[in-house]
Amino acid sequence: MTALSEKIISDVVCTICGTGCDDLQIRIKDGKIIEAKNACAVSISKFLEQHAQRYSSPMIRRDGELKCASFDEAVCKAATILSESRYPILLGWSLTSAEATCIGVELAELVGGVVDNNTGFCHGPGLIGAQDIGVSTCTLGEVRHRADVVVYWGANPIHAHPRHIARYTVLSKGRFREGRKERKMIVVDVRKTDTARMADLFIQIEPNGDYELLSALRMAVKGEELEQQVIAGVSSERIEELADLLVRCEFGIIFYGVGLTMSRGKSRNLDAALSLVRDLNRSTKFLIMPMRGHFNVCGANEVTSWITGYPYAVDLSRGYPFYNPGETSAVDILSRRECDAALVVSSDPVSHLPYSVAKYLSEIPLVTMDPHVTATTMVSDVAFPTAIMGIEASGSLYRMDGVVLECKKLLDPPQSVKSDVDVLRAILDRVKSLKGA
Amino acid sequence: MSELLVRNGYVYDPLNRINGEKMDIAIRNGIVVDDVGSSAKLVDASGMIVMPGGVDIHSHIAGSKVNLARMIRPEDHERDVESRTSITRAGVGRSIPSTFTTGYRYARMGYTTVFEPATPPMKTRHTHEELNDTPMIDKGCFPLLGNNWFVMDYLREGKLEECAAYVAWMLKATKGYAIKLVNPGGVEAWGWGKYLTGLDDPVPRFDITPREIVRGLCKINTYLNLPHPIHVHTNDLARAGNYETTIKTMDCVRDLYHGGKPIIHITHVQFTGRSGTDWINVASGAPEIADYVNKHEHVDIDIGQIIFTDTTTMTADGSFQFLLHLISGNKWANTDVEAETGGGIVPFHYKKSNYVNCIQWGIGLELALMIKDPWRVQMTTDHPNAGPFTEYPRIIAWLMSREARGRVARKLNKSAHRRLDVPGLDREYSFYEIAIATRAATAKTLGLKQKGHLGLGADGDISIYAIDPTTINPSRQYKLVRRAFRKAVYTIKEGKILVKNGEVVDTVPGKTFWVDPKVPQDTYEKMLSNLERKFEDYYTMQMSNYPIGEEYLLASKKIETVAGS
Amino acid sequence: MTLVKVRLVSGRSIGQGKGKELGKFSQQYFQSVAICELSSDDMNILAVPEGGNVRVKTDFGDVVVKAYTSKQSLPKGIAFMPYGPWANRLTDPETHGSGMPSLKGIEAEVSPALKEEVPTLETLVKNLYSEK
Repeated sequence: MTALSEKIISDVVCTICGTGCDDLQIRIKDGKIIEAKNACAVSISKFLEQHAQRYSSPMIRRDGELKCASFDEAVCKAATILSESRYPILLGWSLTSAEATCIGVELAELVGGVVDNNTGFCHGPGLIGAQDIGVSTCTLGEVRHRADVVVYWGANPIHAHPRHIARYTVLSKGRFREGRKERKMIVVDVRKTDTARMADLFIQIEPNGDYELLSALRMAVKGEELEQQVIAGVSSERIEELADLLVRCEFGIIFYGVGLTMSRGKSRNLDAALSLVRDLNRSTKFLIMPMRGHFNVCGANEVTSWITGYPYAVDLSRGYPFYNPGETSAVDILSRRECDAALVVSSDPVSHLPYSVAKYLSEIPLVTMDPHVTATTMVSDVAFPTAIMGIEASGSLYRMDGVVLECKKLLDPPQSVKSDVDVLRAILDRVKSLKGA
Repeated sequence: MSELLVRNGYVYDPLNRINGEKMDIAIRNGIVVDDVGSSAKLVDASGMIVMPGGVDIHSHIAGSKVNLARMIRPEDHERDVESRTSITRAGVGRSIPSTFTTGYRYARMGYTTVFEPATPPMKTRHTHEELNDTPMIDKGCFPLLGNNWFVMDYLREGKLEECAAYVAWMLKATKGYAIKLVNPGGVEAWGWGKYLTGLDDPVPRFDITPREIVRGLCKINTYLNLPHPIHVHTNDLARAGNYETTIKTMDCVRDLYHGGKPIIHITHVQFTGRSGTDWINVASGAPEIADYVNKHEHVDIDIGQIIFTDTTTMTADGSFQFLLHLISGNKWANTDVEAETGGGIVPFHYKKSNYVNCIQWGIGLELALMIKDPWRVQMTTDHPNAGPFTEYPRIIAWLMSREARGRVARKLNKSAHRRLDVPGLDREYSFYEIAIATRAATAKTLGLKQKGHLGLGADGDISIYAIDPTTINPSRQYKLVRRAFRKAVYTIKEGKILVKNGEVVDTVPGKTFWVDPKVPQDTYEKMLSNLERKFEDYYTMQMSNYPIGEEYLLASKKIETVAGS
Repeated sequence: MTLVKVRLVSGRSIGQGKGKELGKFSQQYFQSVAICELSSDDMNILAVPEGGNVRVKTDFGDVVVKAYTSKQSLPKGIAFMPYGPWANRLTDPETHGSGMPSLKGIEAEVSPALKEEVPTLETLVKNLYSEK
């Protein structure tokens, strides 16, 4: 009896961060996940606590309170909100499948709204920088096989991407690199993080000093003399030492985190970092990669790009795609109170966006879709519980290096909980009939 | 049951030797048949040219590097947008159109089948996701194998049959159509930031040469009975004078040819058809290449014709792209893929004032005009590398009209004009030859038995153009020709009218072609256990997660082959 | 009043990641995220015990959280708060035309608030967001 009701599913893809581990072994007993081998601490929480803070019925706000409603009622209300709005924003998409995002973009086009994803307030500056400079990058296996110098800049993988170092970089074994002893690890951060403690060279930088330090490095890499003694809190000797390491390596890579995208300079920091890497290619092989935090924000960029031409902040209100971050990005639109309705999919902007921006979401008609109850759920007008992707729903995700992985469905979702794809399709169909399409 | 009758058009169907004959074409349930009933939908093609739907053998329309190019070139899209209609999705152009727009623009020109020629196998799910969102056309993709670690290891060890089994596995795993080689061995060298020179420079740390890779994969291609020959982007793309490497590549498999259809397809030969020792004295190597192709039947090519415009270069040949960035100063993206391949993107503007660009323009046309057998020289722009596919009608006009070529030639950089043969070439393509270059030959070399022709049993893919071949003089009236090929009067796909007067009136998702070769079971199993042992060493992905299921494709069209003579 | 001036950095932490998966309203999330990490120097100046309540204030808002000495060697003058609703009470919405708000490197003041309570997520949302 016990043997029959227990099974092990191998090669499961984790759906948390952009590391894209696909070697998890999940043990299921009596319809519940009881073990997740190879999973990091955060991943174990996700798999084992599948049922934490779920809700099973769609909800509609009536008389100031969220009350249970039928799926059809909720779809109807959501569709009405979106189709009657002048300028809705459809936000999120980073913690759901590529298939769901495809439908989301179509919905945005149909209702003439803005489709945006977490990129705008996460790694957007990296994309903006790449639009100016370009980007020299690779898949993660290239690092494992070839890299003798690995730089983590403004990123703390031990906390944010726990298996990154062991799977792909400094502790990994590649065809041409034995492991730790054949690699140099450099960390640049404002504080000595747990990641920095592992480094062969730790550069403590002043907050908001990235642009200066990167510019100084660019000079040093080109053999120019630095006139200042200290730049961004780092001595010019240290900078020259670092530049030397970078130029002399056989294959180097900078993994950068939101330390670079979110501090002063933003996309200009990335102009500098991308330019540094480009310049280094005149001397050696050098690459750069953003440490994407959400498991499918890359997928959101890819889907949005192939359908609209642009990776995020796409305004479809004119009937054709229009892109201008700063104008068409979620934070700015909410800040300027320009949208009059919102759909938020698998995202929690009330928890993660600056308060004054997120506050506006609570003032406009808001439809949310999420497996869990979140702060944003609390201020919604319509809320749909959805299946957890990678556990209760299948779908494809794009790892931080653009490799696509297919997530399996391991278990059924709780009773009457549907997948993002099913909910979105229902809303899309309803909007189509409301618009007489 | 749906029936359609295309009446009274001047049909050009070279695979069935029909050269402008006035005839009807009948379609039932999407297939060309003998005749249809009186209730069939009628399409009046009187006074117009009827051709099989266009078949594009090499166009970068889907996948990770194409999409990265879209992402980093918002300026390419801003000036060319497509608004949503009740039938069509919104989108953007220009040199890297969004996927729906790509499908619509091909259909408007009368194209019904397009192949994405370079997909990195590990990322091919992405390619198929984009192809699934590219309506109107049937499609497929070619997985890149010329720098693949398993392939190189096998070939170095002389294990040809096991390598063939691996290639078979790869084609099935990626749902791919043909074996693609880009700068064989050279892209692995670029993994270290290094370059190879010529065919016999060994790949660092792999102890195998490009020649051995080309020969090995050529043998495997024949052994697996694949519908299309190996599709090769030759080495030395970045060298000023590289036509000799192209000829050497063609020649390196000559001894493997035993008659029948070609065993090697060299792509966008314009890019690797230059003579000279450096960029200052670069000239056209087309006469030499044409001479070789004229004398050797084992080769066919596509030209990769330059259009003087602002476009985007993108290729798996990452080393070349870095050099193009250094030369042009334009932004540069690089995308290496573990154990498999690489890639690069650089925007580029081909200018009539630029000596080298003018030579390049000349090379493509010289190839088309000097190679005598129209079946073995096919029309492409290696979209978007030499120019956007929407400019094909311009090339058609150049091929059909010496005057059209002359108009451009007169504006070329003067030194280039002096050094090119093309200003003096008289040959003008007929409509029959255009049909060969843009549909019949491409379908034939791809081995697509139901495409590129309108014989019984063919797919009912038809394009109708507003040209009366009995009254038009394409040599003088090339502008009319160009205009007509820009906007098909009708584009019919499997008997359904998709385009009318250049506007999309209906859509279909299109099928994805892929090949599933069967190899001897024992060799296959031996290969699999080797693969299982090494997979996690080479890849950062589990082996069971690598193959793409058939259900991933929106509409799958499998072609089975059996290995062996 | 004792206070320290700091540059506030927000970011991910394992505790925040794990807590998130247990649910935003869970005790684990509250304990891992409604906090502020300071250097030992700054903690000494503030003279609050480990886990004592402090008020963190920026130009954009203020919030009470628990203070701890950072285990990841913060220099004096830098404070770290994990991503989440408490940190975002303080961040700058200005994107300077880039789309990206300023979530790191913001000037803040930290002062003891031992007699005040750290608001739960529910309280935070109820108090700060409009009645619908």
